[in-house]
Amino acid sequence: MRGWYIESGPESDVVVSSRVRLARNFKDFPFPFRMKEEDEEAVQKRAKEIMVEKENNIDKFEFIDMQKLSPVERQMLVEKHLISSELAGSQMKSGVILSSDEKVSIMVNEEDHLRIQCLFPGMQLDSAWNLCNDIDNIFEESTDFAFDENLGYLTSCPTNIGTGIRASAMLHLPALTMTGYIRGVLEVCGKLGITVRGMYGENSEAMGNMFQISNQVTLGQTEEEIITNIKNIANQIISQERMLRKELHSQNPFRFEDKIFRSLGILSNARILSSEESFKLLSDVRLGVDMGIITNIDKRTINEILISIQPANLQYLVGKQLHAAERDIKRAELIREKLNRF
Amino acid sequence: MLCQKCQKRVANIQFTQIINNNKHVLYLCENCAKEEGKFKIGPPFNINDFLSSIMGVQYMTSVSPHTHEATCDTCKMTYEDFKKAGKVGCADCYKAYGEKIMPLLKRLHGNVQYNGKIPGKIYSRVKVSREIKKLKEQLNVCIKNEEYEKAAEIRDKIKEMEAREKDLEI
Repeated sequence: MRGWYIESGPESDVVVSSRVRLARNFKDFPFPFRMKEEDEEAVQKRAKEIMVEKENNIDKFEFIDMQKLSPVERQMLVEKHLISSELAGSQMKSGVILSSDEKVSIMVNEEDHLRIQCLFPGMQLDSAWNLCNDIDNIFEESTDFAFDENLGYLTSCPTNIGTGIRASAMLHLPALTMTGYIRGVLEVCGKLGITVRGMYGENSEAMGNMFQISNQVTLGQTEEEIITNIKNIANQIISQERMLRKELHSQNPFRFEDKIFRSLGILSNARILSSEESFKLLSDVRLGVDMGIITNIDKRTINEILISIQPANLQYLVGKQLHAAERDIKRAELIREKLNRF
Repeated sequence: MLCQKCQKRVANIQFTQIINNNKHVLYLCENCAKEEGKFKIGPPFNINDFLSSIMGVQYMTSVSPHTHEATCDTCKMTYEDFKKAGKVGCADCYKAYGEKIMPLLKRLHGNVQYNGKIPGKIYSRVKVSREIKKLKEQLNVCIKNEEYEKAAEIRDKIKEMEAREKDLEI
């Protein structure tokens, strides 16, 4: 397996991943909302020329054409956090440019011509921003982006105008959720212009105690200020979560650990598991690993499992179309295999 | 009735499939329907509708009658189109809609002065033109305070910068 999740990062007991995304449009083409087919092709061609065909000092990049992928293959990319569900459903000539380590994914012809995304494990927003910036510079050497002195980078949707940056951190917050204090966190975030969403961004629910926090405002602050803001808020949430975990454990260590090991028991032995149940149980096991209660499972395995048990990835691994009931059986099998290696 | 798949939740979606003149009806709950991948349950609202409604309110309260006739010369998108879609058609739209779009941007970002990264190729020119803007503000303050000597100095500096700006534009 390749991807950000096979590595581990700083603060990974609470922060699962960090992501920075830049929205950019070429100056000399209409934006996706008003593009004709020849524009779509031209934008794709230019993106490929600059990022795939020319060598750069970052990595080897490849272009994946959305139109050549089946719905399952598209959904797999969504599940791996490499493209949005909007791109997966796109009827336009569109695609994604990926680095070989999958840390960089550049969507082409989604809501904007380019959506440059850098995804790192743990808390590494600065690294993610620096890499995005480097890629932005590579493009700017060869082409001009739509930009206004006063409004910044011009985007299809006014909500992204200016820096075009969306900085997010994915946090695992079981203790805050268990105690209900998560509500306070959500309220404060709202007041500070930070949005909180589920694992798959816009319109997703908070599954498995995973919450993604990101900036709302993109115009007015510098990119560094926006990132510092998110980091500071994340750090507050992280310390609260850690404190609550310790407290919950010390209040009743046997009960705390029992829940974790029961979940591990089910995951290691069940024959049928839905995604919903799997996410819940995996959250408990992840907490166990984070706190050193479970010592023989690697967090990277959990990250791997989280992705491979999702519908499209699972079908791909098994090698054929499955209906829901079959998936639940195969899911349980896959989880048993991966966990029982230890 | 209960969902035919999970037998746990209430079935609130009726899915009818007609294949080769055979009709199959399935009663599913939202979760199972999603899992089955039978169809995408869209979000109850999306940001574009939301944006259009914000702009709608602003439109009601703004007095100018020809607000909605603004059209972008490059992509031919009208301000009306933009209000409905929540997205612009090209880079020139923002300029075409000019002042009309400012209240929206203020509402979204609380601020309409860009402070972020400047593309490398135009970096020097933008820095100079921002410096000129600042100097012009300072000039106005000096004139108001009747500090004419200082004002003259600033005026000379501005001339210098404007010459530099012209060079950079070439």
